[in-house]
Amino acid sequence: MIDLIIIFGFLFIAYITGSIAEKNHFKRIRAREAALINQPYVVDQFKTMDLSKAQRTEFVHGSCVIAADRFKMFLGGVLSIFGGRISAFESLTDRARREAIIRMREQAIGADMVVCTRIQFSKIGKTQVESIAYGTAIYLNSFDESVVTNSNEQIPAYTF
Amino acid sequence: MAINSNNYFIDSTIIIGDYNNVINFNIGEIMIITTLEAVPGKQIEIHYGVVTGSTVRAKNAGRDFMAGLKNIFGGELKGYTQLLEESRQEAMRRMVEQAQKSGANAIVNVRLATSSVAAGAAEVFAYGTAVKVI
Repeated sequence: MIDLIIIFGFLFIAYITGSIAEKNHFKRIRAREAALINQPYVVDQFKTMDLSKAQRTEFVHGSCVIAADRFKMFLGGVLSIFGGRISAFESLTDRARREAIIRMREQAIGADMVVCTRIQFSKIGKTQVESIAYGTAIYLNSFDESVVTNSNEQIPAYTF
Repeated sequence: MAINSNNYFIDSTIIIGDYNNVINFNIGEIMIITTLEAVPGKQIEIHYGVVTGSTVRAKNAGRDFMAGLKNIFGGELKGYTQLLEESRQEAMRRMVEQAQKSGANAIVNVRLATSSVAAGAAEVFAYGTAVKVI
């Protein structure tokens, strides 16, 4: 009986910490996505569009490794007996993927567009998933290159 | 894709100019790397075929311990993210070196892949087509 209480107490703690971490992470993701809203990223190769005006292209990529908490593993294990939609894992993959895409786009701050984006997902452990997003940043206008290399810094607004 | 490691070129087999003193070095400065089928604004002159680069890395014990804790409570494993980023740069560097041996100045259609080969070890793989553009 005590064993059961310990196991369920443990799962409860994992549930609390896991859901707090997830909630905060989604909040951060939404804020960062809102900041990047003016920079489009597309999957297209742009065969029909003329990209020859591009001054510079750059390979950009971002990745993220996320682990599921024990409660999620437990819940996922139980739910997978019955089949159907497992929302516990849906949110996990969603977080990893969106985080990777944001990191890629933050590397391309200042670019006009990120084209030919590819998104990959792989399982690197029992409960850990890695998502990679990579693409080509297109700079249509040449400008100060020192701004681009420091992707963490905000670009100052242009003054006319 | 800035490489921030000081010993970036120490174990490099190819010496490209005098880059040994460069600390913040960008791969894109010596070679055009793109996921597109062609380099915008340039014509493909010579086609050299597929170039690949790969590396297998294992997690170290310290990182594994912290990751073990994170496994229970959930969240991002920053140590692993960093490890895989490092190995991705290594894989891309090997790919660039191979392309340079053949005399290419650009790699088009670059793709990345990760797979777990054993418990605690992951393979990172980068491949693309080496071309000469003018």
